[in-house]
Amino acid sequence: MDIILEGIKKAFWLLVSFDPEVLGITLLSIKVSGSATLISLVIGITVGASVALTRFPGRRIVVSLINTGMALPPVVVGLFVTISLWRNGPLGFMGILYTPLAMIIAQAVIATPIVTGITLAAVQQLPAKLRLQILALGATRLQMLWILIKEAKLSLLAAVMAGFGGVISEVGASIMVGGNIKGYSRVLTTATVMETGRGNFDVAIALSVILLLLAYLINLALTQIQQRERRR
Amino acid sequence: MNTSLPVFDVRSLQVVRGGSLILDVPSLVVAEGEILVLIGPNGAGKSTLLQTLSALVKPSRGEVFFRGKKIGEEIPLLQYRRRLAMVLQEPLLFDTTVYNNVASGLKIRGMKRNEIEQIAAKALERFGIAHLRDRSTRTLSGGEARRVSIARAFATNPEVLLLDEPFSALDPIMRETLLEDLEKVLRETRMTTIFVTHDRMEAIRIATRLGVMNAGEILQTGSPDEVMNHPVNEFVASLVGVETILKGKVTRKNNQTFVAEVSGQEIEAIGDPDLGERISLCIRPENVSLSTTDSCGPRPEVNAFPATVEKIMAMGFYQKLHLNCSFPLVAFATSRTLSDFLLREGDHVLACFEAKDVHVIRDAACDTSRLR
Repeated sequence: MDIILEGIKKAFWLLVSFDPEVLGITLLSIKVSGSATLISLVIGITVGASVALTRFPGRRIVVSLINTGMALPPVVVGLFVTISLWRNGPLGFMGILYTPLAMIIAQAVIATPIVTGITLAAVQQLPAKLRLQILALGATRLQMLWILIKEAKLSLLAAVMAGFGGVISEVGASIMVGGNIKGYSRVLTTATVMETGRGNFDVAIALSVILLLLAYLINLALTQIQQRERRR
Repeated sequence: MNTSLPVFDVRSLQVVRGGSLILDVPSLVVAEGEILVLIGPNGAGKSTLLQTLSALVKPSRGEVFFRGKKIGEEIPLLQYRRRLAMVLQEPLLFDTTVYNNVASGLKIRGMKRNEIEQIAAKALERFGIAHLRDRSTRTLSGGEARRVSIARAFATNPEVLLLDEPFSALDPIMRETLLEDLEKVLRETRMTTIFVTHDRMEAIRIATRLGVMNAGEILQTGSPDEVMNHPVNEFVASLVGVETILKGKVTRKNNQTFVAEVSGQEIEAIGDPDLGERISLCIRPENVSLSTTDSCGPRPEVNAFPATVEKIMAMGFYQKLHLNCSFPLVAFATSRTLSDFLLREGDHVLACFEAKDVHVIRDAACDTSRLR
């Protein structure tokens, strides 16, 4: 019991004293996961809405692949991104393995199917005749896509939450492609794993509290928007 | 704009879906300022015709000319669609304010903000929803939502308005006031309109031309009066409210009239069919009058038949009487008439209708293959 209490006490101190190392780790986490979520939103919303709105042969296979992708194990993603970025791998020439950029790529790969799948479901749920109505109002196909995405905005907020929640808490891929390099590619999850392994439970607890708080605050903000919209 | 050209000129239009022909319109011309109302049962192809005209459904065959220009070739689709407006059965409003909905067509056209302001404000005013301007569409009643969707269509100042059962699922009072407002606006703007409905009273009221559709085909078009009183076949007759359709055989011919035998009775009608020809006689219930004496009054060319009242059905403002004159006949009466005459089921009356009110369908001329 003591170990936990001690840990929480230390964690509290680390937090209120704005420990530079903890602060750096937190900011990098937000930067990496935030960028990855943004990338996944751009790709996921475009692909999800397009698949929802078109009929083509093999569509069912594509949809089930996207749905499978929503549960993509981060270590598998980590493995394939590492191989791709490896010195003599297909993207090795970029020389970005063990950098925050590699982590952003890996996290974007994890979040994109989540955003795509939720967008697909959300756009499909809109009334089928809505598309006709939008076109009848004189919209181009691109304008129609934009209006439909706006119509599905509440569900898309859920996509943001799920996407960001998925990558901020992910550890396997980040450690594999980022390398957990101190002051460079160390994020909240990878640092927690390391500190726990070393027996530094106080730091590990402080990091997890920050992680929880971060996830909570972001979801709180999005939920606020979502509920306000719903009440309108 | 050349107004001498028809707004729509449809030629050999066909739409095939899932291997079956769901729309087959050899020709249809809609003139400037016309209000064409299409009626017909579900699956008659009314909505498909509207969607084809608005270039939302691609025809499998044939072409549509808009003011003399072929849609999709001489006028690009997008440009064409921006000259029309369509209101569908459900309001299909966007999840935002009433104002943003009414302005949406204008925003899509990339108009300037202050221009949009002005036009949208006018449209809101016109349909009596200016007070709802900043309300979210989620909080609207069915009637309000319908008004917003019509205002949204009108705001784009279309050359043609296409309405696909916009008043279905509204309660009668709401329907009535909305219909009144729409009628007023259509009369003021003289906007060319195609209106699809199930309700024939709505149709008669608003139409300058009435079209009856079934199984993907237009069976008849004409003035409301013409279609109501001179349906081309039994299907159209029953759809426009002809309650009595009798099969008969021409037995005698007079100067302008002829006599047909129906179930052993002789009915006089106007027309010139051949002797011995088999015909259908259509009698609208509102043209049948009842008498409790043994005469129909001093009117000429009157058909009078002793009848038994078999069934009286309340139809809201009036009562529908099923009579047996050895042939079946349906008449309308007000509740007042019934109580004045003390009429009950089983009573005997004299049913009267004039020869001019009997519409004759020459069965040979009526293509029954369309009635499937």
